[in-house]
Amino acid sequence: MTINEIQDELIADFAFFDDWMAKYEYIIQLGKELPLIDAQYKKDEYLIKGCQSKVWLHADYRDGRVIFTADSDAIITKGLVGLMVRVLSNHSPQEIANSELYFVDQIGLKEHLSPTRANGLLSMIKQMKLYAITLQAKTT
Amino acid sequence: MMEKTAVLEQFDVYGIRKDFPILTRTVNGKPLVYLDNGATTQKPLQVIDAIRHYYTELNSNVHRGVHHLSQLATDAFEVTRHQLKGFINAAHDHEIIITKGTTDSINLVASSFGSAFVKTGDEIIISAMEHHSNIVPWQLLCEDRGAVLRVVPINAAGELDMDAYRALLTDRTKLVAITYVSNSLGTVNPVREIIEAAHANGTPVLLDAAQAIQHIAIDVQALDVDFLAFSGHKMYGPTGVGVLYGKEKWLDAMPPYQGGGEMIKEVTFEKTTYNELPFKFEAGTPNIEAGISLAAAIGYIQDIGMDRIAAYEHGLLEYATARLLEIPGIRLIGTAANKSSVLSFLVDGAHPYDVGVILDKLGVAVRTGHHCTQPLMDWYGIPGTVRASIAMYNTREDIDTLAAGVQKAASMLV
Repeated sequence: MTINEIQDELIADFAFFDDWMAKYEYIIQLGKELPLIDAQYKKDEYLIKGCQSKVWLHADYRDGRVIFTADSDAIITKGLVGLMVRVLSNHSPQEIANSELYFVDQIGLKEHLSPTRANGLLSMIKQMKLYAITLQAKTT
Repeated sequence: MMEKTAVLEQFDVYGIRKDFPILTRTVNGKPLVYLDNGATTQKPLQVIDAIRHYYTELNSNVHRGVHHLSQLATDAFEVTRHQLKGFINAAHDHEIIITKGTTDSINLVASSFGSAFVKTGDEIIISAMEHHSNIVPWQLLCEDRGAVLRVVPINAAGELDMDAYRALLTDRTKLVAITYVSNSLGTVNPVREIIEAAHANGTPVLLDAAQAIQHIAIDVQALDVDFLAFSGHKMYGPTGVGVLYGKEKWLDAMPPYQGGGEMIKEVTFEKTTYNELPFKFEAGTPNIEAGISLAAAIGYIQDIGMDRIAAYEHGLLEYATARLLEIPGIRLIGTAANKSSVLSFLVDGAHPYDVGVILDKLGVAVRTGHHCTQPLMDWYGIPGTVRASIAMYNTREDIDTLAAGVQKAASMLV
């Protein structure tokens, strides 16, 4: 699936939630279920410091695709991190670098990307893109 | 107990709420429950009207023009200074320096007091519960002067270790800079004892009163405090204005903080002589509308009476503490015997950020995170807390909504 196909699928999934609580319960569940990152990468080298919650991000480049794994110490952030990884991971650097993440707005979670939230999510997306752009420059 | 109940009943909190238009709005479809007063308080109509009045009737630069409006604006600005003098019982109007806020006030002292009195090997004492605003200016000063920062430790309840404090006072101590009320823990520090011990050592004291000025009646002469710093926006006033109170003898002995207009007496390229107090420390055009409308905030507090506000808030804090402690898995951070206005807590198994997100969805505004007190959070070994901080317009219903919200968050997150 392309990045946009995955985004559209998520938007369709989230349309089933009729109130904020069901939506957040789903995100929290995602956060609880996903052991996102290998323990060896859960150290300062891979840490993206939000003011409030911490996010760890690791990227691998295999067979022309970037594989992201990530984690957070806050469960809602972790659930959202899981969504970002689901959308962006396992695509080519070109696709990631050129992607536009419209699903966050569409599923009503835009506030989590506000700089005032200081949860590390915005920095994580920047970091993911930067990683892809760097790879893109190396491979072309 | 009877007495406290009586005060709670006398205090017309619902009448007060009518003066704060923002309290009637909704957030995420729920009535706003505003419990982030430690960050900033809401403003009563009296303050909002004063800002409007300034721009519709008075707008003009202060302390400069001979024209009528400038005179009116200057008079209004000086009314605030005089009112502030009365509010904290300073000896003179010119001991009230109008600044941008608490941070600006502390930086002023660090810079000007520092350059006059702090030398290599000297020491500044702060405490483990300081806001970054009362840590970093002293670190900068210490780096610049080769001085040493000493930190008074706290106990698990979040109270200062006063024996350790006394032991830190030596002939090298040039200044003690300590918070009156901790912004993350709510601890009310024993400022009288702190000042007495420092003075017995010949050392002046600066109190960071950012979290005290709106909750506790302060008399700078009775306290004999040397410097007092606070902000307008945490006391129902506008943002961008604050106060540095300083004893005349210290302010006279300190060089100016910033150079510019208004702070000068005579400027030639060879030498500039400085204006007298307070203008020596007020370079440039101040935040005039904030300065003028701060008077309305002080008037508002004075009309209700600080002692009544303190008694009401104390009762509400006790109620809130009891309500929160009913929730399984809750842990209060900051359990000092003497507390004011702040309830910091954690829910077992839940990150404070997550609790804050759920509370926001329920219309409850709290602060989460380290509250600009990272060393303190490190000391407790926690990433931060959820902080509910009350003001005079909060009600028991607000607290009930908070408690129900925390319970809801716990059931979703844990």
